This record gives sequence, C-alpha cells and structure tokens, in this order.
Amino acid sequence: MACFLVSAAEAVIVTAVEKGVEKKEMMEAEASGSTQVKELHIPLSRKLKWLSNMLWGGVVLLLFEHIWHGEVVPFFPFLTAMSDPADTAAMLGEMATVGVCMALLITIVWVIMCKAADVIVSRKTAADAQGQEV
Amino acid sequence: MTLLITVFAAVIVSVLWYNRKSDEMQFGTLMFLFWGASIMWLVDAVFEYAELGADYFAPAVEDMINDMYLGLSVVALALVIWLVKLLITDPRGTVRMALKRK
Repeated sequence: MACFLVSAAEAVIVTAVEKGVEKKEMMEAEASGSTQVKELHIPLSRKLKWLSNMLWGGVVLLLFEHIWHGEVVPFFPFLTAMSDPADTAAMLGEMATVGVCMALLITIVWVIMCKAADVIVSRKTAADAQGQEV
Repeated sequence: MTLLITVFAAVIVSVLWYNRKSDEMQFGTLMFLFWGASIMWLVDAVFEYAELGADYFAPAVEDMINDMYLGLSVVALALVIWLVKLLITDPRGTVRMALKRK
C-alpha cells in the first residue's frame, strides 16, 4: 500500500547524512593538505552513497509499482488507502511490518557490503604479493 | 515475476559493471537501482508467501502476465533513469561536443 515510504524516509536521512559526511571529509582532506584518498580506505561518504542509491532505486521502482496497481494517485491524498479509515489502518500496519523489514534488510545488506568491501580493499592481490617477494 | 525479472536485470548489470573498462558508463547507478528494488520486492514476496503459503508459487496466468508486464516496465523505467543520468553527467563529453558542433 505504501510500504516504500519507510525506505523513502530512510533515504532522505541517509542522503542528508552523506552530504554532511562528504563535506566533513573534504574539509579534513583540505586541512591535512592532501586531496588524495588513502588507498586502503573507503571513505564513509562513498559507503553511504551506496546505501542511498539502493534506497532511492528501490523507492522509485516501488513507487512505479504502486502507481501501476492504483495505490498511489497523482491527486490528494495521493494514497488511495488514505480515503478510508480501515484502509489507512491496514496501510500503517503494512508500513510497520513490510516497510520496516524492507528498510532493515537493505541496511543489513549494506553493512555486509561495507565489511566485504573493506576486506577486499585490504586484501593483498597476487601482484602485490609478487612485488613484495621481489 | 516482477521480482524475478528485476533480479535477472540486477545480475546482468552487475556482470557488466564487473567487466567495465572504466566508470564512464555508470553501471553502478543501474546496479544499485535494481538491487535496491530486488531486496524490497524480496521482502514483499516473503510476506506474501507467509500469507498465501504454497499458493504463492502457483499464480493465475492472468496475474503472471500482468506481473511480467510490470517487471519489464520497471526495467524500462530504470534504464531510462540511468540513460538520463548518463546524458546529463556526460562523462565522455559526447553530448557537449554534439551540442557545440555547428
């Protein structure tokens, strides 16, 4: 009904945090006199960008699905479930269950992705190992 | 069916992203778009399965066709979003060159 709204709210927050972190990282880089990012470190702003891209992507495509099914309309109150109190209660229930689970699973996948990315970046490649031997 | 089509699209784009020569084509945007939607529809599918049980895997033909049509439309929409972003950011400067040409 409107389960994607929970992810949309998370996407807005994550995007705002990402912009703030990005600004902070740039200021820190300028202060240290280096604009180059450390080779063995993925900046938090880049990781947050992955999460916001996943959230916004899911939200846009699910919004389209809801328009397709007639659950979202281009006129007030925009959600057809809002016109009936019983439907509104069902919608809120769906948001609290399905919506929260969607946002949670995307966040869990992102955390795993970040951990994996850190491991991959810090892992020595065959070429690195060869270079060390020589 | 929508979930299945989106997952296939996500996997294909992920392979394209892995085999990319440079970031110019911005496959990452498309990849995150498809994976985000796939994860969200997966949750939807789990809840629907919990409600319907085994019937979830035996949808009516009409529903399947409608879902397939929706899935293809979703892929088309995602591709259009990616293309618009690619043309606006114009990493190769192709659009700029074409516009500057007399």
